Amino acid sequence: MNKKSVLWSLASLLVLTSMLLSACGTPATTAAPAATEAPATDAPTGAATEPPAATEAPTEPAAAAGPSCGTDPVVLNAYFETGFDIPFKLADEFTKQYPNVTWDIKQDQFTNLINATPRLLSGDNPPDLLRLPTMVSFAKQGLLMNLDDYATAFGWDEWPVPQLNQNRVAEDGTRGSGSLYAMGLNYSLTGIYYNKELAAQIGMTEPPKTLAEFDDLLAKAKETGLLPIMQWGSAKSGMGLAFPLQNLMAAYGPVEPINDWIFQKPGATIDTPENLEAAQHLEQWIKNSYFPPDINAIEYTDANARFGKGEGVFIFNGDWQNAGYDTDMPGNVGFFLMPPVESGGSPAAMSAPLTYGIAANAKNADCAAFFFNWVATNDKARQIDVNIGGSNPGGPADATMPSVTAGSITNETLAAGPVIGEAGTSMDFIANATSAIFAQGWTPELQKMVGGQQDAAGLLKAVQEEYLRQLEQ
Amino acid sequence: MTIPSKSTVTSKKRPAAPALSRWISLNRVVRRETIIGWLFVLPALLMYAAFVLLPLLLSIQYSFFRWDGITPMTWVGLKNYATVLDDPDLLGTIFNAFRLVVFFSFIPVTLGLVVASIIHRVATGRLGAVARTVLFLPQVIPLVAAGIIWGWLLALPGLINQILKSVGLDALTRAWLGDFDWALPAVGFIGVWVLLGFCTVLLLTGITKVDPSLYESARIDGAGWFTEFVRITIPLLRQEIGVCLTVTVIAALAAFDIVYVTTAGGPGNSTAVPGIQIYILAFTEQRIGLASALAVMLMVLVLVVILPIQRLSRETTS
Repeated sequence: MNKKSVLWSLASLLVLTSMLLSACGTPATTAAPAATEAPATDAPTGAATEPPAATEAPTEPAAAAGPSCGTDPVVLNAYFETGFDIPFKLADEFTKQYPNVTWDIKQDQFTNLINATPRLLSGDNPPDLLRLPTMVSFAKQGLLMNLDDYATAFGWDEWPVPQLNQNRVAEDGTRGSGSLYAMGLNYSLTGIYYNKELAAQIGMTEPPKTLAEFDDLLAKAKETGLLPIMQWGSAKSGMGLAFPLQNLMAAYGPVEPINDWIFQKPGATIDTPENLEAAQHLEQWIKNSYFPPDINAIEYTDANARFGKGEGVFIFNGDWQNAGYDTDMPGNVGFFLMPPVESGGSPAAMSAPLTYGIAANAKNADCAAFFFNWVATNDKARQIDVNIGGSNPGGPADATMPSVTAGSITNETLAAGPVIGEAGTSMDFIANATSAIFAQGWTPELQKMVGGQQDAAGLLKAVQEEYLRQLEQ
Repeated sequence: MTIPSKSTVTSKKRPAAPALSRWISLNRVVRRETIIGWLFVLPALLMYAAFVLLPLLLSIQYSFFRWDGITPMTWVGLKNYATVLDDPDLLGTIFNAFRLVVFFSFIPVTLGLVVASIIHRVATGRLGAVARTVLFLPQVIPLVAAGIIWGWLLALPGLINQILKSVGLDALTRAWLGDFDWALPAVGFIGVWVLLGFCTVLLLTGITKVDPSLYESARIDGAGWFTEFVRITIPLLRQEIGVCLTVTVIAALAAFDIVYVTTAGGPGNSTAVPGIQIYILAFTEQRIGLASALAVMLMVLVLVVILPIQRLSRETTS
């Protein structure tokens, strides 16, 4: 009996420990590789000195004949985002035009990239080109190549101003100004898409000019028995009500304070009187049942599929979804920018670059920078950007705008771009202020607002507290 | 000459020696066996040390530092632990984990006992085998796939609500995983589905080991199913129940996969569990120290809950 109980306790101990380890496996296993790959404790001096040395490197070739991929065989080491064809198509076309350049492309889901990027950048084989989910901390940690010298060499500095600002990080860690650490392959634009057939049913003949007109349309849709706005809200996709909320913020107030908050300028707050009005307006929309009742369980793909099948008159989304809408509801989808509160005011929009960067220790930094320049200036590359991505390719002010298939919604989103550009009312996304503000701030608090557990004032207060908590670290 | 030499050869191998030298040689054999034993264990031990013990110790070490995973670590003492105890969102995840224990542990074990005793009494033949297999199937399906499918079933247009509507229970339909009151029970229900089979099969194995004459004599004395269940099955299955409770309680407290693929902690923080928070803190926020502190606390918590269960289930054997 004694022996048996010893055996049993041993066995149960084994089960217990193995379960326990699976319990704390998350931090334990992750911490271990980070420790071996990141020379944080062993060689802090090495980590600190290397990036600056690397950032100085581009000056030399820039001074000579301009950075390029040369003529010798080059293998670009790249990390792309799974599910988005643009970089893959651009890479193929680049190799066609520059046959000495071939690609070693690895890909991963965006959420995995968020988690893997620090280790990719600090690892033994840092990528020449990678999709950047966020950038401030990596820039501060010296893991990203400073692109200022490339910007000078290629003349990026002369491009229309707002394009590069979102990819600049100042020495104090604020975004929006300072050195350039990333480039956009294209520049997405967000706004309101509508189902033309359903819009006709509620008597909408042209897009609303003011917020009040838009409110009337929403009320009419509700009266008609239609779902006014389709939107996603599951924590798995991230709360989609952040889109209408930010659009309302820009309708009620100037965009600068919103951008300052996103760019982590000292003293910036999201809890302003204008934003409170915006949040209250959203709360009213929720109370009016303008959104689907199951919004907290709807994922991004489901929301778009349901909108494509005719559920919902409007949906707040961005031009990356253009190809999907063109396929699901050809000729039946329209787009307009969020109207201002006052008639005659300028509309505003969230617009963000499809951000790619170069690792501080990348082997082929010159070639990667040359690729960035090629994407923005080469006609074929710009055509791919528009055809596949549906977004504005950016680049020099005098670059030709690629042609778009007639009837595609992309015509409407591209036409809206210059409106925002001229008004100077482009914003980054409030979900990008810190790497976890979406998961830990906006998503849970907006979900609570849907569930009647949070009001407008509490929402802004809670998110601001979470923001400060995350900046504190 | 040849004969004694033979004897010396054998005596070298196994000397017919006095008691002391025999004891020494015996000791040597034992020691040799011990060394060989350790050599057999060594590869597994090395793997265990490298991939289990070392990361565990590193986690404990990290929990005393502020660290983003890249730049040098800063010693902060117990500050990370204080933060966990001070932050209602982080503490709330632990509270949610205990609510999950009800679904992941108590319901599967209770239901498993009932189902196992019914199968044992009623369905002994092929029917029993089929029932066992069907109940055990969820253990074979990858949890992530099961979670995604359950997400579809529990959606507002999903099968569960369609069934409710078809029987006239329209008032009950809701987006189960997006409802503040129902998201956690819905996730818990998926846990019941997963763990019921495991508990049933384990308990059924235990029941079949119980001496059948006990049941026979009980039946002769006129005992019904319930009396049998309370007087024979439960007391004799204490060990198995202990194992079931141990495994399922750990599954609840350390839940991650089911929650992550169905709700990711939402709506609000109503299904946020420590596993999800550890993941977000470590990977998204790059706060390795705080994540490690929460993980260490979770480990201690699991131990605190599990050790009494272990002791209780062991008491019967001694």
